[in-house]
Amino acid sequence: MKKLIQKGWRPLVAILLFLVIWQLATQVFSIETWLLPAPSDIVIEAQNVMDRFWPHFFATLQLAVFGFLIGTTVGLVIATILHLMPRVRETFYPFLILSQNMPVIVLAPLLVIWFGFGALPKFIIITLACFFPIAVSALSGFQQTNRELFHYMKMMGATKSQLFWKLELPNALPSVFSGLKIAATYSVMAAVISEWLGAQEGIGVFMTIATSSYKTASVFVAIFIVMVISLTFFGVIQLLEKFLIRWQQKGEEG
Amino acid sequence: MTLEIQTISKSFDTKQVLDDISFSVNAGEFVSLIGPSGSGKSTIFHLIGGLLKPDHGDIVLDDQVITNQTGHISYMPQQSSLFPWRTVLDNVLLGQELQGEKDTERAMMMLEKAGLGDVVHAYPNQLSGGMKQRAAFIRALLSPQSLLLLDEPFSALDEFTRLDMQKWLLSIWEEYERSVLFITHNIDEALFLSDKIIILSANPAIIKATFTIPFARPRSEELLLSAEFLDWKRRLTEAIQA
Repeated sequence: MKKLIQKGWRPLVAILLFLVIWQLATQVFSIETWLLPAPSDIVIEAQNVMDRFWPHFFATLQLAVFGFLIGTTVGLVIATILHLMPRVRETFYPFLILSQNMPVIVLAPLLVIWFGFGALPKFIIITLACFFPIAVSALSGFQQTNRELFHYMKMMGATKSQLFWKLELPNALPSVFSGLKIAATYSVMAAVISEWLGAQEGIGVFMTIATSSYKTASVFVAIFIVMVISLTFFGVIQLLEKFLIRWQQKGEEG
Repeated sequence: MTLEIQTISKSFDTKQVLDDISFSVNAGEFVSLIGPSGSGKSTIFHLIGGLLKPDHGDIVLDDQVITNQTGHISYMPQQSSLFPWRTVLDNVLLGQELQGEKDTERAMMMLEKAGLGDVVHAYPNQLSGGMKQRAAFIRALLSPQSLLLLDEPFSALDEFTRLDMQKWLLSIWEEYERSVLFITHNIDEALFLSDKIIILSANPAIIKATFTIPFARPRSEELLLSAEFLDWKRRLTEAIQA
């Protein structure tokens, strides 16, 4: 805790300073609320809309979590297939890269034409945004398997599946987690974008409505909540990482 | 258990690494391969381990040809090859795990004996270099295969730890009577530990000389400074330089 205060006070002061300047600027230059609301306006707005906001919040949270889980699964499966089948990797790796050069937002309207306004196109968008960092990081984790350990396993007569489960997968875990952290923040962003396309509820819907009626303070409330969800996701994954990769941290301490 | 290496040759591309190597390791025998770096010692291990296929010759274990087959020998690499995400106990059980049955009780007993009783649930990067190599050796001993291949297991350790480890290795080995093939480039180490020493030359490796070492067992540290030992050391050094 002491360490946290020691390390954390600088960024905290920076954030507070930023908010103070923002607050003062809106008053000194008398900026209209619909253009840029002051932090105090946003806080008041947050209290006002909170009751209406919760259903939107849960809708987006649900979408992001499930989308993230699907994306993670797809990413890991793709990485595993590409790793275990070098021919397939050579053939399809360029496709993997190409899929990322296509901005998700551009693809979104097409998905709506094909799959309508239901949950499916939304999950596709989130999956497309999430799977790539996971697949790439897992693949590089698989490829960086320690040669000594690999030789040991081979000499001892390990089968291909033993090599994968006992060596390559645990070895790739730290890499996988760096991919997961990136994917976690992507998933929240993709969930909100997918809701812009048309949905019953969700933070994206809330934002669209607020924007069209120039309730800028409400938009800021939504942005703030999105940030909180993103950070929470990130934190949960970091905790999971600490729990699953204990062997690395203990070494650093000792 | 008898291992026979029969007229093995091996080239990589155009470079010949091993030329007509033959030797054997008899049951309960401790045999050292000694030679300069780059003399293809590790290639011999990879051949015996089945990772490589020789150009000529065969490798026979107990009348069974095991050329280019993995899983027949127990191996201890140069550097600690403990798996960082496994505890010491899970690491020493790995060799058994790959072949089937796990005997946790026996593993605990052997770790206890090796002075690793307090760290069975620790992760490898909490251990010292000597402790890691002890665990790696116990893993090799616990593996079901009867022949142990030890590839310069103490080369990364400092001189003091090294001597301790050699004494420790001898005491454990004398108790379990396993056949060992040991690679080293340290003459003292080879003399202190072995029943038989095979000297290799480099580029391509051929067997220069084979010595049967007559020192009685169990051996103690005093042997290292005896006139007999120094005499043997001179003979080996001459053979290597010849």
